[in-house]
Amino acid sequence: MEFSINHPIIFLIAGLLIAVVLAQSVYFLVKALRRSKQLGMDPKKIRKTITTAAIFTIAPAVAIVISIITLSKNLGLPLPWLRLSVVGSLSYETVAANNALNAMDQFLGSPIPLTAQQYLNVTIVMTVSIMMGIWLVPAIGKKLQNGMTKLGNRDAKWADTFQNSLFIGMIAAFLGYVFCDVSQLWTADKNGLIAKTAEEVVNGQQMDVTRYYPRTTGLVPVCVMAVSAITMILCGLLMRKPKLKWLSEYALPISLIVGMAAAIPITAALGQEVVR
Amino acid sequence: MKKNISYIDSVHRDGRIWNLSVMFLLLMFPVAIALIFRVAPDWGALLKGLIPTVAMYWTVGAIETVTFVPMLGAGGSYLSFVTGNISNLKLPCALNALEQNEVSANSEEGEVISTIAIATSSIVTTLIIVLGVVLIIPLTPILSAPALQPAFQQILPALFGGLGVAFVSKNWKIAIAPILLMLVLFIFVPALDSSMVGMMVPVSALFTIAIARIFYKKGVL
Repeated sequence: MEFSINHPIIFLIAGLLIAVVLAQSVYFLVKALRRSKQLGMDPKKIRKTITTAAIFTIAPAVAIVISIITLSKNLGLPLPWLRLSVVGSLSYETVAANNALNAMDQFLGSPIPLTAQQYLNVTIVMTVSIMMGIWLVPAIGKKLQNGMTKLGNRDAKWADTFQNSLFIGMIAAFLGYVFCDVSQLWTADKNGLIAKTAEEVVNGQQMDVTRYYPRTTGLVPVCVMAVSAITMILCGLLMRKPKLKWLSEYALPISLIVGMAAAIPITAALGQEVVR
Repeated sequence: MKKNISYIDSVHRDGRIWNLSVMFLLLMFPVAIALIFRVAPDWGALLKGLIPTVAMYWTVGAIETVTFVPMLGAGGSYLSFVTGNISNLKLPCALNALEQNEVSANSEEGEVISTIAIATSSIVTTLIIVLGVVLIIPLTPILSAPALQPAFQQILPALFGGLGVAFVSKNWKIAIAPILLMLVLFIFVPALDSSMVGMMVPVSALFTIAIARIFYKKGVL
């Protein structure tokens, strides 16, 4: 069969695999819903949980579609569709694809279409390199969970604090990350510019390209985070009114969307590329 | 015998079957490509491409597993490590659901709530992606519009701003020190950039646990 990155048969195989992954999610959802009934949990709260999770997912899922569009230019549609429907991300798939292709004197963005062999190497590197979590959870997940349960049985209050510490630890790391480019305020050159060099494809050639941004670029994520946090606080205040209690379901999706929307004018004001 | 198995044990049993089956099927994808198009890998190049990628991402994967499994719960872990997007989607979704329902992540109710949130999120993600793939031709000019790109580039700050307020306000005593530590590290250590955040999550989590333990022993909490 003649190879093409968008061959219908690759679509078919990718579609079947995605259907299996979808079936796993449906299976666990039904299982958890049944258990919630047995435990006598309030069906209204369960419905609320589903609605919130679904609404909250929309914006990040659209971002995943954008990643698929980006990758599809070189890898065709079915491979990025599969890879980003299962564990993976734009940055991971790009690194994996380029590691596989550079070993064969090819690169993502190359004007020369991929051969079947190059495509095969890319799929193997992408698939194998991200397998860790998929098999490690079956291998040690139960032990890790049992450790938490034992902790809970020994000292329930400390177990709750321990769990909250994990959550806070993760949130603190991401809040720190939001500030990672703030130092550009004092590390910029004498013209107040920051140079960022990255590999790009220009006229079919892979090369290092330097772009310049104002020193305030690092403040963009900080301002976006602040807008989102203020929106969350406002939602919290409004929720106290009995008529607006329904807002609690939408507080996180609303602060996410308002933050994302604010990123557009904030980037224009503080982080627009400077053409030299 | 079947009746004696607890809910959690059945989640682990089913999760293992599902994840190992999905892993096998995913590995069959390249095999199918090779068989259908009658092509063999370029073995030398494959090794050259595979070694650096595996070395990096298996390390990240191992750290993520140990860090995230206690936070995601049993059902949530099996699903999240198959469907991906953990820190930017599944975990915030589960945390929000736990917080909204005011249940402890350690309780069985917490396990059920986080599984429901993560499963719903996985299903919605898969369906939106299917829709995106079907409508890719009309959607590409809209979604690739330069005007919209800043919004999608700033998802993480927009997400953790809201989530941070919800969580930090309820646990401020244990949150101040780790937030200050992470701010100082990320601002003043140039090597810490966006690619390092995954590695800093366990560091920050361990530090928070240590602080919490001291406060707990002193009766501050």
